[in-house]
Amino acid sequence: MQKSLHISADDCTGCYQCVLACSDEHGYDFNPMKSVIQVFKFEDEGRYVPYTCTQCDEAWCQKACPTDAISVDANGAKVVSEALCVGCKVCTIACPFGTINYNADSGKVIKCDLCGGDPACVKACPTSAITFVNSDTAQFDKMRAWAGKTDAGTQQSN
Amino acid sequence: MKQADYVIIGAGPAAVAAAETLRRSDRDGTIAIISRENISPYSRMALPYFLTGQISQKGTYLRKSSEHYKQHNITLYHATVTHVDPQKKHLHLASGGRVSYGKLLIATGASPIKPPLPGLDLPGVHHCWTLDDAKAIAARAGDGANIVLMGAGFIGCIILEALMSRGAKLTVIEAEDRMVPRMMDDVAGNMLKSWCEHKGMTILTSTRVASVADAGGKLEVTLDSGDSDVVDLVVVATGVKANIDFASDMGLEIEEGIKVDHHMQTSLTDIYAAGDCAQGRDFFTGLWSVHAIQPTATEHGHIAALNMAGRKAAYKGSLNMNVLDTAGLISSSFGQWQGVEGGESAQSIDAERYRYTNLAFEGDRLIGALTIGRTDNIGILRGLIQSRTKLGVWKERLMKSPNRIAESYIANTQM
Repeated sequence: MQKSLHISADDCTGCYQCVLACSDEHGYDFNPMKSVIQVFKFEDEGRYVPYTCTQCDEAWCQKACPTDAISVDANGAKVVSEALCVGCKVCTIACPFGTINYNADSGKVIKCDLCGGDPACVKACPTSAITFVNSDTAQFDKMRAWAGKTDAGTQQSN
Repeated sequence: MKQADYVIIGAGPAAVAAAETLRRSDRDGTIAIISRENISPYSRMALPYFLTGQISQKGTYLRKSSEHYKQHNITLYHATVTHVDPQKKHLHLASGGRVSYGKLLIATGASPIKPPLPGLDLPGVHHCWTLDDAKAIAARAGDGANIVLMGAGFIGCIILEALMSRGAKLTVIEAEDRMVPRMMDDVAGNMLKSWCEHKGMTILTSTRVASVADAGGKLEVTLDSGDSDVVDLVVVATGVKANIDFASDMGLEIEEGIKVDHHMQTSLTDIYAAGDCAQGRDFFTGLWSVHAIQPTATEHGHIAALNMAGRKAAYKGSLNMNVLDTAGLISSSFGQWQGVEGGESAQSIDAERYRYTNLAFEGDRLIGALTIGRTDNIGILRGLIQSRTKLGVWKERLMKSPNRIAESYIANTQM
């Protein structure tokens, strides 16, 4: 069974432990700037919203990549090959979620890779705002609706 | 005579995306890609990184496994198509052979324009367009070489760093009044210019090359001002045009490119077009535009292939967008960044730190954007524009603080 990150913004307290754990897991010590999960803070609304790649089916990043550097791993994550990425950044403008980003230190792009099937952000979250659940129950409904709006084409059923 | 159910002319991203989609949609149909260059399909986008030595030739290939096309039962032919007969459904090849097709996709891309100036056929004058061009440039652009780059457009800017990194002394000549005039407004174009000057390049805007002449193995470049200089290499990057000469007498509707409907079909039955040679639907206007960018090429190829295989799919239209790394300064542009009549725009300018954001709105929807010096979450700009999201209260917040792009999206879609 494929698993996905499930984010429940209502349960997020804005502790940023997911962000620190993510950057550490990916070899950037504890540097929030290098984390591929972000927490957005909305002062007016008093809300925190964790935000990362949904591993969407459309995979704009993968389709736009000119060097075949993005592939799908056994966990269904779209992963970037550091060896093949040339750092052209086309994927960063193609992804309508803005969840694949350029990392100037490595000259490559970085994105959520689900940590090989054991996401560090999930382990670090003290309030279960981020969980790792079976894909058919994860329901990234809001992002999927967004994905549908941005899809390149509509396929007709006939 | 050779024949295939699906014949694709061209071997760039549109062609490869189409061939793969065809294979997924039709397991048994025969698929042939006809390539003018005798090399595995590669990406021109990757050439600057080949030029710096960061990647090998194989690093530019669109698919890395040498068995990829064979595994998917896609046949690659090396040939030049000279003529298409849409009645008999034949292609004529320069070698004298013919290929018959069931459905044809024209994905021949574009070629660089050579301005009509004396001396541009001399040895040492190159475009940076093919792998062979990149190899020729690499051979001349050694440490301390003097180089003139004609054109500070998208392609010119993207090879700047590659040329500088080889230790060359670079002079850039741009006819317009700013760098990247078709992707950047004057604030952004001049920010790029200032950046490049600080990196040690000479940037001459509102300047034209008058002629190039042989100077004993080197090249004497004379400007319209009368100034001249002797250099080792001239790189010509003054724009591209669709590769459609071979199709001019087929009876296709052609303007700047081959006109296609929202199924990517041309004006002729069983003939489709995709990528830089196609003039497809524009996302905003619904009119026909050539958007010669990688994401449009792969989208075109994908949609064309679905329709060729008999699955009706309609294209929503392409959104013009670019991301550019000019010697380390990263800029992006999306959609109608010039704004529209009756619309509003908001700017955030920090010239000292080379940061700029310009957002264009129509009502409370984002329709275009320019950025310099930021890379975080920039894809959201595409998402906001293409989904036509109504920003509500965030419109005014963005008017005050244009850099709150990601928040405006998340607040409108995730909360």
